[in-house]
Amino acid sequence: MNFDRELDARGLNCPLPILRAKKALGEMQSGQTLRILATDPGSVKDFAAFAKQTGNELLSSAENNKEFEFYIKRK
Amino acid sequence: MSTTPDIEALISQKLDELLPRKLGALLQEREEAKTPSMAIIATKGTLDWAYPPFILASTAAALGWDVTVFFTFYGLQLVKKDVSDLKVSPLGNPGMPMKMPFGPDWFKSINWNIPNIVQAGIPGFESVATSLMQQTIKNNGVAGIAELRELSQEAGVKFVVCQMTVELFGFSHDDFVEGMDYVGAASFLPVAQKADVTLFI
Repeated sequence: MNFDRELDARGLNCPLPILRAKKALGEMQSGQTLRILATDPGSVKDFAAFAKQTGNELLSSAENNKEFEFYIKRK
Repeated sequence: MSTTPDIEALISQKLDELLPRKLGALLQEREEAKTPSMAIIATKGTLDWAYPPFILASTAAALGWDVTVFFTFYGLQLVKKDVSDLKVSPLGNPGMPMKMPFGPDWFKSINWNIPNIVQAGIPGFESVATSLMQQTIKNNGVAGIAELRELSQEAGVKFVVCQMTVELFGFSHDDFVEGMDYVGAASFLPVAQKADVTLFI
């Protein structure tokens, strides 16, 4: 999947991945996509809730080998 | 005039049908347009209890909420310029696991059950426990308090401080970070009244 910016939140714990993602999205243009890498197992539910609440679209959420990958489109 | 009761009954029946639907839609519209808000009272001044207010405040701000944190009593420790000296005490805290943040896994999994009387008797026990906790925090990729606090302020979380306790404990405004209002209970309560979430921590 194409993306405009990447955030490496691996090794960070709650709530840092969300806070960093919010900051990154704030610096992006509407319609652009942010790719996030994380290792916090709580981030799966957290990014879903974050997207729902903020109106930014969670395009995909995937896990491979204990790493999580999210694509969020800025609203 | 036998038609009047019929009409009234009809109107009443129609209203019963329509009102819940209309009201439901209106309420939902209002709910969606509203910015959620949270008001927190932070009253604890130890390293462990510093986390909940800042984690919740910064996360709520990231979700787009309006957030106000009222610091009072020992919570004043959390807004001092330097928070690197916040301590945690396992003494009299049976809920706190005491595990070592280093060494092989079998060693790290041991819970050191040290009796209160021993903890109380060893000078510097609290400082050792604090540095062990700080190491554990680092090992787990958990943010430091100063960082969470900065992120909160950057994200627009409003910090308000209880002026009465500032004086009670002999602090001056110079001891604290910038960008805060010094207020009393009468200023905080109307904020809490309007908030969707209010927490006493």
